[in-house]
Order: sequence, then structure tokens, then C-alpha cells
Amino acid sequence: MRSGRDQRFRRQLKRRASTERLRERIIMHIPDGFIDGKTAATTAVLAAAGVGLALRQVRRRLAPRRVPLLGLAAAFLFAAQMVNFPVAGGTSGHLVGGVLVAALLGPSAAIVVLTTVLIVQCFLFADGGVLALGANIFNMAIVGTAGGYAIYRVMCRAMPGTRGQVAAVAFAGWCSTVLASICCAGQLAWSGTVAWPVAFTAMTSVHMAIGVGEGLISALVLLAIQRARPDLTSEVNGTEPSRPWGELVRYGLLAAVGVAVFVAPFACSWPDGLESVAAKLGFEHKTVQSAVSAPAAGYRVPGVHWAVGATALAGAAGAVIVFGLALLLARSLVREGEGDTHLTKP
Amino acid sequence: MIDDWIGHYHRHRDSVVSRLPAAFKLGVALAMIVGTVLAPPTAVGWFAGMAMLLVFAVALGRLPLLFLLKRLAWLSPFILSVALVNALQPAARGSWLAVAMKSTICLLTIIVVSNTTPFSRILRVLKAAHVPGLLITTIALMHRYLFVLVEEAERMRRARASRTFKRQRRARWQALSTVVGQLFVRASERAERIYDAMCARGWK
Repeated sequence: MRSGRDQRFRRQLKRRASTERLRERIIMHIPDGFIDGKTAATTAVLAAAGVGLALRQVRRRLAPRRVPLLGLAAAFLFAAQMVNFPVAGGTSGHLVGGVLVAALLGPSAAIVVLTTVLIVQCFLFADGGVLALGANIFNMAIVGTAGGYAIYRVMCRAMPGTRGQVAAVAFAGWCSTVLASICCAGQLAWSGTVAWPVAFTAMTSVHMAIGVGEGLISALVLLAIQRARPDLTSEVNGTEPSRPWGELVRYGLLAAVGVAVFVAPFACSWPDGLESVAAKLGFEHKTVQSAVSAPAAGYRVPGVHWAVGATALAGAAGAVIVFGLALLLARSLVREGEGDTHLTKP
Repeated sequence: MIDDWIGHYHRHRDSVVSRLPAAFKLGVALAMIVGTVLAPPTAVGWFAGMAMLLVFAVALGRLPLLFLLKRLAWLSPFILSVALVNALQPAARGSWLAVAMKSTICLLTIIVVSNTTPFSRILRVLKAAHVPGLLITTIALMHRYLFVLVEEAERMRRARASRTFKRQRRARWQALSTVVGQLFVRASERAERIYDAMCARGWK
């Protein structure tokens, strides 16, 4: 029999937990109604191709022993997103984790894991739309995860050892967040929901800030796993193929198609090229005009063009700064030569 | 308890809506969502019809109203933030209202379906729709262990909170990331045990 005081205490705890969770929700999941039919169809095709590819790779390479790990990693990602990291001023951030899972399990397995998380969030928690599922999978599982993993691999190769790994996962985590947000902005603009300059400046600048937290948390978590169970982070034991480049090229091609469709028509210098091609072919009014339709009328607002350029510049500068910060972070967290001895142990 | 703050209504009440076959419900929901997304912003009649249908479904499905409102409030930050961005542009204000309406209708549709249909039924429909088996297995495992791991994370968070008294942010970040890292270690150890259990029961 529970006493009244006990129950009151429980209620209090529950209330505190729920308000904490409300505050933390800064999500990239696009709900239904924000993207139109053509964007939904295009992203669904691209996402299906990417996930199909990833499933084939996983089926071919993954030992049967590690099949349950995919489901458990997805559940882990969901649970890890509930852990709040305090940021300044009462707000908090949480892990998104695409690059972290890719670093632990390999890119194809990570795409399957992220897709699973997105599907469950969509059908069980109504988080992210059903028609927008393709767009969300494309942005977060394919562009964010495979793109971030490519950056991670390049950096790991340049800087061997635990220190390089930590720096790489920090920088790649930031990059994946920003890349996914640029894609998301492109899709919103292509659908005519938000004008490109506004979508791009708002989404990218917000996610450049969020990405710092993502990179930092990914690096700290990877280091914690490395210290607790070094065998889990070593590449020999992972599901990761020794040469992931063939896979990455295919995901890269898919991502490039997406970027060419969603982002390129809006990037500053490109409309001219597209317009001239369209004029030559004689259908300029159909393509460019319909792509930037009525809601995008704000395109003419003075200063908006300047803001896009400034955001792109800030993004480039931010990438350089974050790269430097990632190196400093790894240097301060990892002692010289740490972890290398573990890897040689049986 | 736990499903309360994850935000999923777990105690299924028996109702007319929950007794309908899952494939039918998912099909109707998909048709409603596709129709709503593709409808032109001026089709007020369509939106009103969908809203009526949803009210009807909520009433028949005996879903608590407060719970629905809470879910909507939880999921609306994206809608609100895009509203804020669009408010900066005078030209886009009209179309914004249509977008908000569309996404609210779609959101409510999914909330109603997901809270009147057990997840395993949804999975069975996905399987019948030829979704690859590996993906289904992964989704089923994730759904099964989701609540276990969330509870485990909550226990570890509580244990950490009752032992560390430092206010410094750096120390808290380190401690929290150790919690998350440890969660992954435990998840992968659990995966090994699950594999053995699956084999023992004749999997594959």
C-alpha cells in the first residue's frame, strides 16, 4: 500500500521529467504537410534506393551473431536521445547519433539503424510525417550518416590512434548535422513552404549551433565506450568492412542526386545556369518559375540575398573553426598514445 | 508510468476503432494523409471533412482528450518554428495557415491510428507490404527493447544524479556521456545474450 506522500512525490518527479523533455525537443523531423507531392515522391525513391543498398550490404557482410545488435543499437539511440545535456540558460541538447553509430557499426548498418529509429518514431510516436518519412530518412540516415561517416574515415586515416578517432567523430558529427539541415532547407524550399533564403539561413545557422553539441557529445561518448570496452570501438571487431569506399561512393552518388535536385537550383549562382539551359530548351517558365513559386515571393526582399551569402561564408568559417576545436578537444581529452596498447590485445 | 513520459498511450482500451483490422486503418490513414497533403490550400471543405472524420474517430476510439492535446503540444515545435520564420515574410502568411492546418490534421491522424493499433499489428501490415525481413526484425527488436533501455537509461541517470554533486558543466557532460557510453556497452552485451536466446529457440 503506497502512502499519499509517496504518490505525491512520484507525481512531482513525473512532472519534472516531462517538462525537461518538452524543453529539449529541437528536432529536424519534417512533419506531414510541409513538403508537397513531388518532393515526397523524389525523396521516397532516393531513400528507398539508399536503404535497399544498405540492407543488401548488411545482409552480405554482417555475421548472424550481430543481427540483434542492429535492433538494440536502434533502441540505444532512442534511449540516448532522452539523456539531456545541459547547455547555457536552462536549455539542453541531446545526441542525434548518426555518426556515432556509423563509427561503431559501419555506414551501412548505421543507415539501417537510423531508418529503424525514424520508422518507429513515425508510426509509434507520430514524430515526423508518414509522407515525409522518405525525406527524413534521406536527410538524416543517408546524407547525414553516410556523409558524416565519409568525413570521419578521411580524418581517421589522416590521424591514426584514439586521438584522431575522437577528433574525427567530433568534426564529422558537426558536419552531418549541418549537411542534413541544408538538405532539409532545400526540400522545404522546393515544396514552396518556406522561401530558400529564409529556410537556408534559419536552418543552417540553428544547426551550426546544435552541431557543436552533437560533435562534443559524440566524441565524449565514443571515448567513454573506448575506455570501458575498447574491443567495441576497434575496427577489427566491428561490422565495418575494411574498405568501405565502394559503398560510400554509391551513397555519395545518391546524396549528390538529392543535392542536385533540392539544393542546387537555389544556390546563388546556379539559377542563372539553369535559366539559360531552360531558355535554350524553351521551357523556362515551367521549371524555374514553378520551383520558386508564390510563397517564395520574399526572394526579392533586399538583403536576403546577402544573408544567404553570409550564412554560406559563416558555414565555411564555422567548419574551419570546428575542425580546429575538434583537434583541441581530442588533445585535451586523450593522453598521448592512449588506447593504442588496448588495440593490440587479443 | 514510463509510457507516460515517452508520450505513448499504452493501455489499449477496447473500442470500435481498435477492433478494426490494422491494414484497413493504415490504408484509410494513408489515403487521408495523401489527400490532405495534395489538397490545394483553398479546399476548405476537404479540411473540414477530415477534421470531422478525426473527431468521429477520437470519439469512437475513446481516446482521452487531454492526452491528445498533450501530444499535439509536444510535437508542434517544428510547426511553430516554421511559423516564426514565415512571420518574417509578409508574402507567405496566407499559405502558412494552410500548411499548419494540413500538418495538424496529418499529425492527429497518425496519433489516432498509432494509439488504437498495437505496434505488432502495424508490423504485420508492413511485412505483408513486402518490407525487407531484416528491417522488420530490426524494427521488432527495437520496439521490444526500447522501453527496457529507456528504463535502464533512467535508472543510470538517477544513480548518477544521486552521487554527483558538482555543479560544473564540464563534469556533468563527462558524467552524462559516460552514462550514454555505458548504455551502449550494456545494449551490445544484451544483444549477444538475445542472439544466444534466439538460437536456443531455433531461430534461422
